[in-house]
Amino acid sequence: MFVGSNPTLSATRVMAVYHQVIERLRRVLPAAAVLSSPEELKPYECDALTLYRQLPLAVTLPADEAQVIAVLRICHEAKIPIIARGAGTGLSGGATPRSDAVLLSLARLNRIIGIDPLARTARVQPGVRNLAISEAAAPHDLYYAPDPSSQIACTIGGNVAENSGGVHCLKYGLTVHNVLALRVVTIEGEVLEIGSAAPDAPGYDLLALLTGSEGLLGVVTEVTVRLIPKPECARVVLAVFDSLTRAGQAVADVIAAGIIPAGLEMMDRPTIAAVEPFVNAGYPLDAEAILLCESDGTPEAVEEEIVRMEAVMRGAGATACRVSCDEAERLRFWAGRKAAFPAMGALSPDYYCMDGSIPRKRLAAVLQEIRRMEARYGLRCANVFHAGDGNLHPLILFDSNIADEVARAEAFGAEILELCVREGGSITGEHGVGVEKIDQMCVQFGGDELETFHAVKRAFDALGLLNPGKAVPTLHRCAELGRLHVHAGKVPHPQLPRF
Amino acid sequence: MTDLGSLQERVRAAASARRPLLIRAGGSKDFYGGPLKGELLDVSAVSGITHCEPTELVISAQAGTRLADIERVLASFAQMLACEPPQFDGWATIGGAVASGLSGPRRAYCGALRDFVLGIEMIDGRGGLLRFGGRVIKNVAGFDVSRLMTGSLGTLGVLTEITLKTVPRPRAECTLRFEMDQPKALESMARWAARPLPLSATAWHEGALHVRLSGADAAVSSACGALGGEIMAGADAYWESVREQQLPFFAAARELWRISLPPHSPPLPVVGPTLIEWGGSLRWLPGPQDGSDLQALAARIGGHASLYRAFSKPSGSPFQPLSPAMLAVHKRLKAAFDPQGILNPGRLYPDL
Repeated sequence: MFVGSNPTLSATRVMAVYHQVIERLRRVLPAAAVLSSPEELKPYECDALTLYRQLPLAVTLPADEAQVIAVLRICHEAKIPIIARGAGTGLSGGATPRSDAVLLSLARLNRIIGIDPLARTARVQPGVRNLAISEAAAPHDLYYAPDPSSQIACTIGGNVAENSGGVHCLKYGLTVHNVLALRVVTIEGEVLEIGSAAPDAPGYDLLALLTGSEGLLGVVTEVTVRLIPKPECARVVLAVFDSLTRAGQAVADVIAAGIIPAGLEMMDRPTIAAVEPFVNAGYPLDAEAILLCESDGTPEAVEEEIVRMEAVMRGAGATACRVSCDEAERLRFWAGRKAAFPAMGALSPDYYCMDGSIPRKRLAAVLQEIRRMEARYGLRCANVFHAGDGNLHPLILFDSNIADEVARAEAFGAEILELCVREGGSITGEHGVGVEKIDQMCVQFGGDELETFHAVKRAFDALGLLNPGKAVPTLHRCAELGRLHVHAGKVPHPQLPRF
Repeated sequence: MTDLGSLQERVRAAASARRPLLIRAGGSKDFYGGPLKGELLDVSAVSGITHCEPTELVISAQAGTRLADIERVLASFAQMLACEPPQFDGWATIGGAVASGLSGPRRAYCGALRDFVLGIEMIDGRGGLLRFGGRVIKNVAGFDVSRLMTGSLGTLGVLTEITLKTVPRPRAECTLRFEMDQPKALESMARWAARPLPLSATAWHEGALHVRLSGADAAVSSACGALGGEIMAGADAYWESVREQQLPFFAAARELWRISLPPHSPPLPVVGPTLIEWGGSLRWLPGPQDGSDLQALAARIGGHASLYRAFSKPSGSPFQPLSPAMLAVHKRLKAAFDPQGILNPGRLYPDL
């Protein structure tokens, strides 16, 4: 039990423990690396899921692994929860603070330890920005493939925690496919060396288990990633459709034709209307949907593939197709896609970016269902997403100054996620569960599976101190929501303790 | 098809009696891992492709389905399993492939079997039927138990169904052969892998390097031109014999060590023949070898060594020992999934 929630301790006693812990942290870290005044804590009150804000108990800014270990040991001993944070760009509230928890920022562990061009690996500290890895590898004509939209700011440690994706996942994989090894500090302050630069490692695949574990199992202090050769060239087909169904069919047809595009993105009519005035990419405003389908590789291979891509798009009923003829045009075609989120700002004071995944063949049906929900919730929704992966990013537009719009936006988002599960998909394709989707976990998983997650959590963190309240709901919470899968009137594993 | 309920019953009964179970389907990998202990739990009847959608690039099959049958179905719409898992004379099943985590020649360039696992259904050590992951390519909800199961040799659960991501078959393929010694071959494989070439497999043995290129016609033909070498006839049969370990090198080895190393590692200071795959990351050595020396050597370079198969199974683990901190985590995970320790005990490590 955490200090802050121990009913046998008086409020005064709890405050005294907090004070002692902060004093102890100050003894092991430089003065500027422990923040505890409200003004200092303010910048850390939320991550990119700004609907949830809370000042943490304190913020620590360790500069090396030894300091990370020291912070973890102090908090573990005092039973104070720990929340790790990278750049705070996460959209699911994985780094949302708690008033009874110490925030552990890894931003100062920002060194690129080494790049080995012939082994095609980079060893970096967790606070290194995603894009900085590719920049450092560029002189060797190598790069790090996963490219979440926040890649200029987000850190590799955060990417590992969330198993982040990006535009190129279908061809190049998610974070889990591109990370080779981790150094992880456990809540007890022990170092685990997980994975290796070799193709495999002895024992269980803890690398996969830790990737996407949202800071619940350990704190990453070093990451070794795989680098891949930069493709020599890339071209994109911009295909225009007058119906969502035909655009959805084109996505399935590309895959059926044996093509794995480097990127396959869709924008719907509201998105096109929002971005075209913003970037003048030349998108037709009367289109129901646009697909951007990219090929990369050697010039010969791209030439061959782009012809096949265009034929598939036309075959699926594209009303127009344009192929980028040079790099400037390719970037112009992409400009609208990349500007989609900022362009929403011009349409609406606030937007809520959802993240669910579905089988590709259900794209059109799900988009049409979302249209119907718009009417029911009285809110608009624009869709711009990774169609090739079946990864939706509905952007729900709302105004937080209007009473109940926040609540309606959240309810709308929750219904979209539940629709994704019904269609055979997932409540999160690449953003993680965090605090945002914790209730929908009760929809996607049954009680036995959730109990297994808790058992895995206990195997790493028996006291539940690492990022509590995120990613995996308690069975109690699901039961209260009326969403626990109870088989034959029995709660799964009633003998096990709950937390 | 065996009723899953009866398998669950068997596991529950074994758990309450604390009686070990030996999970087995095709039995093609009896040679692999630690000693075979316990009462046979035959899952070969839990078989059949349950879901197959070419346009989704996914296939689901029950654990006892043979890889050969899966590959045949995938080939009918020009797809395949990307990492080319070995079929071991056709006996290998999808469940065994995932439980052992063994990948084939394409692994270094397209990813390992675990990279393509999207979801699983399993029975844990309490007899509960659990589902993790799913049938979509992007899914980050919950801990990645599906991939955790991959390579766990049945010590965490009985796999009953697996969903894998598939890939299109390459339109063109060509294998080049180069006469070169080991240091030159290792250097060449590392240099070529750092260039955007459509490499899909490499193997060096007996003074010859074999390089397979796969992809679009234009990409393969231009890469062939760029690399030189001689075009190999009968390449499909050659790569199959690499995957199935039917080359004379493997047949001659009574005992076989598998050494997994970082890319661009130097030649190992060992005497006798070596077969190298995966761009230099996978080295096969025939035994007998001093196992602990070999494991120490592999660890110094950043890899690990395992006794892949032996004339008679060793009493302990054939795998590189874990650090005390890692072993402690492994034991706690084992207890979380299989509290009575009845599932394939000792197959991975004596303590699991």
